[in-house]
Amino acid sequence: MNRPSLSPSLLSPRSLHRRLGTTGLVYAALVVILAVSAVLVSARGASLFTTANTVDLLTRSSLLGFLAVGMTLVILCRSLDLSVGYVAALSTVVAATVMAGDPGRMLLGVGSALGVCALVGLANGLVVTKLRVNPFIATLGMGLVVKGYLDTNFQGPAGEIPAAFQTLGYARLGLLPVSTVVMLVLAVAAVWMLARTRLGHHMYAVGGDAEVARLSGVRVATPVVTAHVLCSVLAGVAGLLLAARFGTGNALVYDSGYELEAIAAVVLGGTYLLGGRGGVAGTIAGVLILATLDTVFNVLAVDPFVKDVLRGTIVIAAVALYARGQSSRAAVRVRFPSGGPPPPEAAPDPPGGGGPRDPEPAVGGAR
Amino acid sequence: MTADPLLRMRSITKSFLGVRVLHGVDLDLYPGELHALVGENGAGKSTLMKVLAGVHRADEGTVELDGTPVSFDHPVRAQRAGVATVFQEFNLLPERTVAGNVHLGREIRRRGRVDVRAMERATGDLLDELGLEGISPRAKVRSLSVAEQQVVEIVKALSQDARIISMDEPTASLADHEVEVLYRLIGRLRERDVALLYVSHRLKEIFDLATTITVLKDGQRVDTVAAGDIRPAELVRTMVGRPVSQVFPDRLEARGEHVGKVRLDVRGGGNEQVDGIDLTVRGGEIVGLAGLQGSGRTEIARALFGMDRFTRGEVRVDGRRVDPRSPRRAVRAGVTLVSEDRKTQGLALNQSILANGRLALDAVWPLGTRRRSRRLPAIFGSLELVARGGHGQEVRFLSGGNQQKVVLAKWLAAEPGVMVLDEPTRGIDVGAKQAVYRLMRELTAEGVAILLISSELPELIGMSDRLVVLDEGRVADELPGGSDEEAVMALATGAPPEQEPGRSPDRHGPHSSGAGPGENGPRSQHEGAAP
Repeated sequence: MNRPSLSPSLLSPRSLHRRLGTTGLVYAALVVILAVSAVLVSARGASLFTTANTVDLLTRSSLLGFLAVGMTLVILCRSLDLSVGYVAALSTVVAATVMAGDPGRMLLGVGSALGVCALVGLANGLVVTKLRVNPFIATLGMGLVVKGYLDTNFQGPAGEIPAAFQTLGYARLGLLPVSTVVMLVLAVAAVWMLARTRLGHHMYAVGGDAEVARLSGVRVATPVVTAHVLCSVLAGVAGLLLAARFGTGNALVYDSGYELEAIAAVVLGGTYLLGGRGGVAGTIAGVLILATLDTVFNVLAVDPFVKDVLRGTIVIAAVALYARGQSSRAAVRVRFPSGGPPPPEAAPDPPGGGGPRDPEPAVGGAR
Repeated sequence: MTADPLLRMRSITKSFLGVRVLHGVDLDLYPGELHALVGENGAGKSTLMKVLAGVHRADEGTVELDGTPVSFDHPVRAQRAGVATVFQEFNLLPERTVAGNVHLGREIRRRGRVDVRAMERATGDLLDELGLEGISPRAKVRSLSVAEQQVVEIVKALSQDARIISMDEPTASLADHEVEVLYRLIGRLRERDVALLYVSHRLKEIFDLATTITVLKDGQRVDTVAAGDIRPAELVRTMVGRPVSQVFPDRLEARGEHVGKVRLDVRGGGNEQVDGIDLTVRGGEIVGLAGLQGSGRTEIARALFGMDRFTRGEVRVDGRRVDPRSPRRAVRAGVTLVSEDRKTQGLALNQSILANGRLALDAVWPLGTRRRSRRLPAIFGSLELVARGGHGQEVRFLSGGNQQKVVLAKWLAAEPGVMVLDEPTRGIDVGAKQAVYRLMRELTAEGVAILLISSELPELIGMSDRLVVLDEGRVADELPGGSDEEAVMALATGAPPEQEPGRSPDRHGPHSSGAGPGENGPRSQHEGAAP
């Protein structure tokens, strides 16, 4: 009963999509973008793959990666989190003030920062599932609450990150920054969680159709709340990375628009914004694409406004491409398949055109 | 088979909003038996099934499973007890694999983690056992055909060790060769001593498959018989035979200029759902589209109104050829549709009565709507629209009947020449129904052509001048208004007619036996076309 896959032209985006799957397509796009960028950069007489550029690319992707992996979980559950930027800012401040420059308090600082973030995520999840507030509003509101707290209590830098922790922001294993390694490890853990645990399966189920999940005996709230907690904790990790780089807590990092960039990376990675489809692997590719673009624009010294225009265009184009590949297959049986598309020669008549129609006799016409 | 029943339902009664839809229905299911539940649309079959599935709770009556009384207050409870239901809308996740769907909520785990392989193996074993090797447990449900999705539903039920599986019109969306698969599957299920409850409109299937038949009518159990003891014609008679209780208003004297002229003419209309549709509706005439759910009635309405389109054939309105590619074009050509679902397709629920009334006008004729909209209050008045909050009240607070009047007013304001009414009286009270009937008579007297779709046969027969009966997306035949329900049902269910044994199976000449005013249209055309 498996239909043979008929792909007449192997290079059309749709057949490529079918052969590779969405995630494969994103990685293919990543390779293409890397290649094109390398060519563009070398045309300017420079090289894209210098140590400095590669490290820059990977460092960019680790920060965005933490946020985007968490966002993927939330979006898979058909929710959304607009508070991640504020949560990351909160995390920098909590970590820096708790550590207060004392290397002995590093663990305590990390634990308290992530704990506070987990609480914010728990609140997000409970508001979304129990109070049934639209996630857009719920997390936007929660973000504003956090912002208000930060603005009243922390103007300017707060606390101090001990030097030992700061090295985490810059340390490298060969070419790989430690932060990138941590990000990739967490991403692999998330992939495993989605594929191999009941929680992960239920996240897809709830995001795909909450009613179907409920009628199959799934407790619908659990995966959503868990996804929100994990998303906020990952935002907290991103905040720790920011704190390590800055050396202090900085409440103003929330101004950087991280939440929208994370959503863009998730969507670019092929995860469906309305839930139930996609995954973390695609998101990582999305993150790398965005980081590559940033690095290349930097190397080429592109005008920052043009940069935003290009990034926006690429995200929209990617999503339009996925939508095309996703043939909408409604569960309606085709009774007369010969119907197919309308025959091209049957030119539609404008209803207003009342001109004389040649061979067909007027109905009931007197002859 | 004469052992104790697996399931015993006794005097099940259920009301919705004060309307009784089930009156003390009894039902017994035995292992390995296929019990068919038949009846007209609205007889209470689906409600009974939903009571069993735990979707609805019976107001009165008892359900016993293996002799112990049970009460399912949630579908999951029923499933855990071994009662599974395959509804018409599938409860599947299209983006997940077959195995993932089958085991959803009951994932197989080993040492704390989900064992995807084991789930695929278990699902594959079940599929093999049922002789359905063609479906891969790893395939995404989205990539499966409708029939295969149905199989997945059934496998899902079986994997929960269901001992009772009820199916609501399982063949409604299947093609003929797919029905074969279902037949085979049902045979295997019966060998496994599963008890099956089967709702279907198609008599052929019922006589092919059922061991026992229960006939429901107006929420009451009319009869339960062994399938071998009844003939199709008798069954149809049992299903429809009822005293005529409704009175329809008389036809009014025609006065419009369009009366008697062909206003809507469809020749060979077809798309993916219907084929070879020939329809002629004259001014002043009500033509009823009869047929079972899914026979193509609504699809024709949608095509005429430009929601889907006919990919073959042609449509003429008032003699002019039109191609309704969008509702906007259809309205401009003079065709309007009162859709079957007024809440999602007919009304902007958060807006006022007046805004809804003007909706079509403002949208389709951006300029010069003043003259037409001035008629709205009069239209509301003539429809006897009663709204305590005045015409500024939001539509969602109105009763179903009044909401339907708003929909009608919206389209009347557009002064259509052809109105397609899809289930215009569904879910509205008797008084409002009468108002709709009177309005239809009024409109036809003025020369409007009406195409009426209704699942209530008495209404369809009582209001229509002619009946076009659909079966499987094609015109089965045309009958004069006032035909008896049995004749219509026999045509619509594809049951062999008793009087005409020699009828040819091909249906290319729908008008060959049609007696009535419809005969003139096509014939004069043929003569005119002859050189």
